[in-house]
Amino acid sequence: MYTQALNARDASDERSEDAALLAAFQARVDAEEKIEPNDWMPEAYRKTLVRQISQHAHSEIVGMLPEGNWISRAPTLKRKAALLAKVQDEGGHGLYLYSAAETLGVSREELTEQLLSGKAKYSSIFNYPTLTWADIGAIGWLVDGAAIMNQIPLCRCSFGPYSRAMIRVCKEESFHQRQGYELLLEMCRSSEEQKAMVQDALNRWWWPSLMMFGPSDTDSKHSAQSMAWKIKRFTNDELRQKFVDATVPQAHYLGLTLPDPDLKFNEETGHWEYGEIDWEEFSRVVAGNGPCNRERLAARRKAWDEGAWVREAALAHAEKRRNRREAARIAAE
Amino acid sequence: MTEKNTPLWEVFIRSRTGMAHRHCGSVHAADEEMALQAARDVYTRRGEGVSIWVVPSSAIVASDPTEKDVMFEPTASKIYRHPTFYEIPEEVGNM
Ligand SMILES: [Fe+2]
Ligand SMILES: [Fe+2]
Repeated sequence: MYTQALNARDASDERSEDAALLAAFQARVDAEEKIEPNDWMPEAYRKTLVRQISQHAHSEIVGMLPEGNWISRAPTLKRKAALLAKVQDEGGHGLYLYSAAETLGVSREELTEQLLSGKAKYSSIFNYPTLTWADIGAIGWLVDGAAIMNQIPLCRCSFGPYSRAMIRVCKEESFHQRQGYELLLEMCRSSEEQKAMVQDALNRWWWPSLMMFGPSDTDSKHSAQSMAWKIKRFTNDELRQKFVDATVPQAHYLGLTLPDPDLKFNEETGHWEYGEIDWEEFSRVVAGNGPCNRERLAARRKAWDEGAWVREAALAHAEKRRNRREAARIAAE
Repeated sequence: MTEKNTPLWEVFIRSRTGMAHRHCGSVHAADEEMALQAARDVYTRRGEGVSIWVVPSSAIVASDPTEKDVMFEPTASKIYRHPTFYEIPEEVGNM
């Protein structure tokens, strides 16, 4: 998902930690107790969470870019206000998540550095371009829709700060998906040309949206441990299936065709069966070679560099005021 | 990074008049004024609050979770602190 690039586990984590502590920790997790930042936790649990929460945060921040691209070109004031509010929410989600990650002992500056240096990953989905206004609707409907599928179970994550951040995020996500779907519905009803734009957007966003759930269960290295720690509640494939089942009828309601010739409803299981995902494309985008990877990182670096003087000035101003206050206090004594 | 780190603030929000301020997260800001503004933008985009407190994170003093048992155990044995410990005849009525 937003953290689909969680790959190989660190061998150094396997070093022996006190067996009694480990057992007590697992018992708390099994009892559905929340783990808080100052509680004892296995080093690998801490590392996994720092990586997962920070990747999630980076995804929210980078995710502002493809949509931000259309704020100044929204077709009406209503749509512009909605898009602006949505993008601002995504910035907020990033900040809730960075603060949750920081409770585990990593600094905001380190996290920012990891994103800007390309060391940290973010969701592959944000490396695709937004070519038309219909892409904005498709992102709300599909990308936020997939994010909701993933984030709802994360509200019950064993790590307290992450689960609380997810509860806030989930409350805000529903508007994101609805504004996207409503926008597409309006386009589909307006004219054949606009409906064709929506179909084109679906064709381009459908498969990348399915990839958001990460590698298939057979190739997912982290699932079992994350499930045991109750960081994860469902496997990648389970969540992907839920998303397909929820989304296919919504596409049909819009009068659209999903770009998958193998898609068919299985009467027996009650599920939509879908075709093979292009995992090579997925690996390529995760490895940094998607259509917009370089552009996205360049945009984040530019924003960071061009904001440097603001950060410096704010700190200098704060220091000046502190010194003045201090001088006044001493003078008064 | 050679830049100085921007300080961290804990954010507390009163959701409605009559409620206590409740911790809801944290923000980074150079000073208290900017911390308040950032807290408003990050945590109250949908009328979640009528009042905000920001406190430097470094000013928070917390109890040690590993000492939890020693810290809170004494209250567990003092059942006479609860009203149900005392027998009042039913005839007396609600008390
Ligand atoms: Fe979000
Ligand atoms: Fe969203």
